[in-house]
Amino acid sequence: MYQTNILEYLEASAKSYPERVAFSDGEESLTFEQLHDRAMRIGSFLLSNEYTGECVAVFAKKSPDAIAAFLGVIYAGCYYVALDIDMGERRISEIIERVRPRAMIFDRESRADAAKIGAGVKKYHIDVAKAHEIDYDALLSVRERQVDVDPIYVVFTSGSSGEAKGVVASHASVIDYTETLCEALGFDGDTRFANQSPLYFDAPLKEIMPTLKKGACTYFVPRECFLFPIKLCEFLEKHSINTLCWVSSALAILSGSGALEKCKPQRLNKICFGSELMPVREYEKWRRAYPDATFVNLYGPTEATGMSCYWIAGRELDEGEGIPIGKPFRNTEILLISGRRRAADGECGEIYIRGRSVTLGYFGEREMTAGAFVQNPLSDSYNDIVYRTGDVGRYNKRGELVFVSRCDRQIKRRGKKVSLDEIEAAAERCEGVERAAAVFDEQRQKIVLYYTARETGEGLAARLSVRLLRHALPDEYIRLEVMPRTANGKKDRVALDRISRGERIYE
Amino acid sequence: MNELVKILSSMHPEIDFSVHHDLLDEGILDSIDIVTLVGEIDEVYGIQVPLEEITPENFSSVEAIYQMIERLRGQ
Repeated sequence: MYQTNILEYLEASAKSYPERVAFSDGEESLTFEQLHDRAMRIGSFLLSNEYTGECVAVFAKKSPDAIAAFLGVIYAGCYYVALDIDMGERRISEIIERVRPRAMIFDRESRADAAKIGAGVKKYHIDVAKAHEIDYDALLSVRERQVDVDPIYVVFTSGSSGEAKGVVASHASVIDYTETLCEALGFDGDTRFANQSPLYFDAPLKEIMPTLKKGACTYFVPRECFLFPIKLCEFLEKHSINTLCWVSSALAILSGSGALEKCKPQRLNKICFGSELMPVREYEKWRRAYPDATFVNLYGPTEATGMSCYWIAGRELDEGEGIPIGKPFRNTEILLISGRRRAADGECGEIYIRGRSVTLGYFGEREMTAGAFVQNPLSDSYNDIVYRTGDVGRYNKRGELVFVSRCDRQIKRRGKKVSLDEIEAAAERCEGVERAAAVFDEQRQKIVLYYTARETGEGLAARLSVRLLRHALPDEYIRLEVMPRTANGKKDRVALDRISRGERIYE
Repeated sequence: MNELVKILSSMHPEIDFSVHHDLLDEGILDSIDIVTLVGEIDEVYGIQVPLEEITPENFSSVEAIYQMIERLRGQ
C-alpha cells in the first residue's frame, strides 16, 4: 500500500525498533515506542475535546515532548504551528493572530508566557494531554478520512523582507521530501543527527523526518552549546553524532573559532549545510578537518517543503568558484526561466520549482499565494502549479546549478546588473575577512559592505578590486564587531538595513 | 570589575547587572554577545581569552568573568 500519511513512518519504526532512542535533548529521551504512545495519547486528548481538521498551536521548548505534540496534533487530524519563547512575544502574538487556533498545547517552560498571550485560545498542559487514554477507534476513524493533501503544519518564514508568511505543507509534500532526501543523502538507521535549527522552521524536518522513517536518532543541541565551541564539540562527541545539517553560520562557529583543530568531534562523517551561502574558506577548513566525510550543499525554500537541490562535494572547487547547489532531488524539477522561456546555457534565470514538494501556499493569504505559486510559464494547457522562488540561478559549464542571487538582491548600477550576493562571496574569500554582507542604499545609490574580520580589514578594497568588476565594487566599507544574525543563525539583513539607516541594533 | 559591568551594560542597556547575576541561565548572553565580550576584554584589558577558557563556567556570571580576567592577567 502506498504511503499517504507521515504517521506511517512513526508506526513502522515503533514496530521495528521500539527500544531505540528516537529523540533526545541530552537529558530526556523518547524511544520510538514511547514517542508513538505519547503521540497517540495527545491525539486522543485533542479528539476527546473535539479538535480535528484545524490548526493547533504547540508552544514548547525544543524537546522530545515537542515532537510528540506535533505528531499528536497530526493524529487528531489537525496541523500544528510551533511556537517558542525565543521567537519573542510580538512574533508569537502575530502568528496567533494570523492562524487563530482554538487550542494550544504548552509545556512547563512556556507556561507563564502561554498565559499572557492568545486570549480566547484554550490552553492545555502537555502533561495532561500525554496522560490521556488512547482512543484507538477515534484515531482510526480520523485516519480513514485523511487524504495526503491534508496539511500537517504551518511554518512562518520571515523571507528577505522580514514580514511573516505562514507556509502550509501537506503529508504528500513532506513524504516526497523525506523519501528523496533520504535516498540522495544516504541517511539510514545508524544516522545520528545533532539538530541546530529551531523547531518552528522547516529546517528541522531534515532531521525529524529521516529519524522517523529510518529509525535513526536526533539529538537537540542545547542552545548554550552554540555559545561555547568546546562545549559544542563535547556534546557532539558524547552523543556519537555523525551527521550535521546546519546553517553555514552555525558550522562557522566551530571552524572559525579554531575548535576543529583543538577538539574536533571524531565521528562526523556527513556534513550538510545550506539556507545561506557557505563561505568557501570555512568550507575548506571543514574539508581539511574531515577529509573522508561527505559534504553536501543544500538549497531550497520553505515553500517547496525544505530542500530542493543538493550538491555532493566530489571535486575541488575552481579558483574563485562558489559552492554549486547541484541538481534537484528526484521527483523535483527546476525550471530556469528568463522572460517567458527557458534560460539558455550559462544564462541567468529565475528558479522555479515543480513537483510534489511544492506546498499548499500561504495560510490565509490567497492573493499572496497566487503571486508565488503560479501556472508553469512554459505551459497553459492544464493546471501545472510551480513555485516561483525569486532566486536567480544558472548552470555552470559542468551542468551544475549555481545560485547567483536573490532577484531583489540584484541591482542595476551604471547600466549593469550587480549581484549583492556575489560581492559578499568575493569579500568572504579575501584573507582575514570572516563574514561579509552587502547592502544597497537605494537613496544614496551606494553599495555598503559590512564585514567582520580578524584584523583591521585594511586594503580590503584593493583586494576586492582583483575579484570584482569595477561597477560592482562597494562604495563604503564598515567593519562590525559581530554580524547580526536571525533566529536561524543567518545574516540578519533587516538589522543591517537598520544599521545603514543609522539605527542602533541589539536593543 | 566596574569596567566589565560597563562593557556588559553597553551590550545590554536594559539589564541591571548588579541585580542579574546568572548571565546564562537567564538567557541574557547569546553567541554574538560572547564573541563581542571576548573582543572587548581584549580591547579593554589587553587579554586574549583562549578558546579553552570560553566555557559556561567562566561566563556564567559577572563575577566569574572577572575572576577569569584576573586569572589570565596573572599568567
